[in-house]
Amino acid sequence: MTVSSNEAPAQSGFSLRALLIRQEFILFVITIVGVLLLATQSDKFLTVDNILNQGRLVTEVALVALPMTLIIITGGIDLSVGSIMGVCAIVLGYSWKNLGFPLELAIAFTLVVGLVAGLLNGLFIVRLGLPPLIMTLATFALYRGLAEGISQARSVRGYPDWFFEMGQKNFMSYEKGVPNQLIIVVIAAVIVGIILARTPFGRGLYAIGNNEMGARFSGIPVFLYKLVIYSFSGFMAGMAAWIYVSRVSTTRSDMGTGLELDAIAAVVIGGTSIFGGSGTIIGTVIGLILIQLLKNGLALSGVKGDSTTIVVGLVLILAIVLNNFIQNPPEWFKRRFASS
Amino acid sequence: MTASTHSNSGAASKKDGGFLSSLRGFFGSQEGILLIVIIVLMVAVGTSNPRFLSQTNLKDVFAANAYIAVAALGVSMVIISGNIDISSGALVGVLITLSGNLAVGLADAGWPLMLVNIIAWVAPLIGGMVIGAVNGFFVAYLRIPAIVVTLGMFSILKGGLILVAGGNTIYNLPEGYTIAQQDWLGIPSTIYFMVILTIVVFLWLRYSATGRSIYAVGGNAEAARLSGINTRRVIMITFILNGLMVGICSLMLATQFNQIQATAPPGLEMFVITAAVVGGVSILGGTGTVLGSTLAAILVKTIGSAMVFINVSPYWLKAVQGTLILVTVLVDVLRRRRQSRQ
Repeated sequence: MTVSSNEAPAQSGFSLRALLIRQEFILFVITIVGVLLLATQSDKFLTVDNILNQGRLVTEVALVALPMTLIIITGGIDLSVGSIMGVCAIVLGYSWKNLGFPLELAIAFTLVVGLVAGLLNGLFIVRLGLPPLIMTLATFALYRGLAEGISQARSVRGYPDWFFEMGQKNFMSYEKGVPNQLIIVVIAAVIVGIILARTPFGRGLYAIGNNEMGARFSGIPVFLYKLVIYSFSGFMAGMAAWIYVSRVSTTRSDMGTGLELDAIAAVVIGGTSIFGGSGTIIGTVIGLILIQLLKNGLALSGVKGDSTTIVVGLVLILAIVLNNFIQNPPEWFKRRFASS
Repeated sequence: MTASTHSNSGAASKKDGGFLSSLRGFFGSQEGILLIVIIVLMVAVGTSNPRFLSQTNLKDVFAANAYIAVAALGVSMVIISGNIDISSGALVGVLITLSGNLAVGLADAGWPLMLVNIIAWVAPLIGGMVIGAVNGFFVAYLRIPAIVVTLGMFSILKGGLILVAGGNTIYNLPEGYTIAQQDWLGIPSTIYFMVILTIVVFLWLRYSATGRSIYAVGGNAEAARLSGINTRRVIMITFILNGLMVGICSLMLATQFNQIQATAPPGLEMFVITAAVVGGVSILGGTGTVLGSTLAAILVKTIGSAMVFINVSPYWLKAVQGTLILVTVLVDVLRRRRQSRQ
């Protein structure tokens, strides 16, 4: 039951020590130190333009990391988000180009497909009791396969100009300013954050993660809640597909490959326990910022593009080791420090 | 408890019945069903397009993808113990690059060819076991879920490979290095690898104490621990052996052609996991045999090859693969439900 102590530290009143060992705080410090270190490597790194541009690039991961936080809090996982993004991107391009949908309708259809893909995950998990890991591993292959099968690996281009507004322009079309999609991410993060922290639904998710059977017996509609979060995850992957296609001006079936890794890494680095029961949206947001800035800073200091995934992997594993350590410190550590 | 009885049901029916009932037991099992499906598929596609059953194509179906079956042996053990490994594709990329670069580098340095080849063949096996041990350590001793450890390992290896090798192609492999191209007694060498390793792992899992304890840990880790099994050691062993199998898989892949692409083969880990799961290794842990995983690896390749011969776009293969996993897992879950009701 050490897990639940991390969930609501506010109840025990303000305590500096509790704040200091919060993973969010530790992360925040790490992020600041990392940013300062990387800033010495390249003078392009710590500029407003660059930071805002990184906000544009992190959007897709951020959108799916929000529902991923909720899912991991309930003790589940969704490995299929990258594949849902792939199939949604294809649906967007295919329904517009080949089925002749108006582009507005195609976008709406894409979001519905994402929602349904997530709902399908949720239904199998809830109705048949499949472990989320296995169900989403199967749909990880299935949805990516649909993307490849429908598109036959052909890309779709030639979207009208207005379509690029979302992915490539700034708020109110200013020359310099906040990227459109970053505003969506911020709004989504605030809403999801409030729902998680301040509503019965959010508290229900923690309860499911801590003790699913107990949650069910205390009257929480566990099945419904799970359906909602998995559907939400699919929907956000659909959003990510739309925004990504708008940003890069083309549709390919391999879009979103590895998205699940980045999202899970951000969530776990942000202090959400992979075993469920604890975690916050603020933590996830800091995790996202940390990963993106590390990647970008390294790229600017001359590290080859895709090899920055090393950092994601390392930080992911280290974060969990750290998280385990904080939540469940070994005896020698407790003896030395807890009494002081 | 249902888990362990299920895994032994095949063996039990063999003891109390004669030859016929043991035959019935085999064809009722996942392995038997797979064998029937493969044969039916081959006959069906072969009738519509006889070239499918030509010697060259059959050789391709069985030999060219034997490396997937070998890697599936390893991941089957990991899944039986109740864990998972999704880093194998990236690890294969690293190991084939290691082997190829060692072979070319040492041969250029003027080392005797025989020694160069042996080093280049053994290196991926050792490298695989080292990475397997690292994965196993994090899972068994630091109690981090295998999915997270291997997800992290996947991105570390993949990024590291790009950093070091940059997707180069390795040419000028030394004479005699390409062992997977050889035919021994008219049969491709990779088939020997696949068949012998499958039999060895099958027997080891079934009859050795450690092998049986892998089932026990996957079926119910707490019960296994209370009955005196060192669960951490068992998990560690499964990951190290998995690394060894991935190493052998890399050796087979690296020596298959006259050049080596220094990248992780895309989606290989999914092929491997599909083979294990479709082969009847319950992803919930505790049951399954590696005969099934090898048959399933052959089935997946047979389907892929059949699609070409009946003019279905190969781009649908991954969707078929996903559906296969889903159906198998569903059947497994429903079967377990029925058992727990009885």
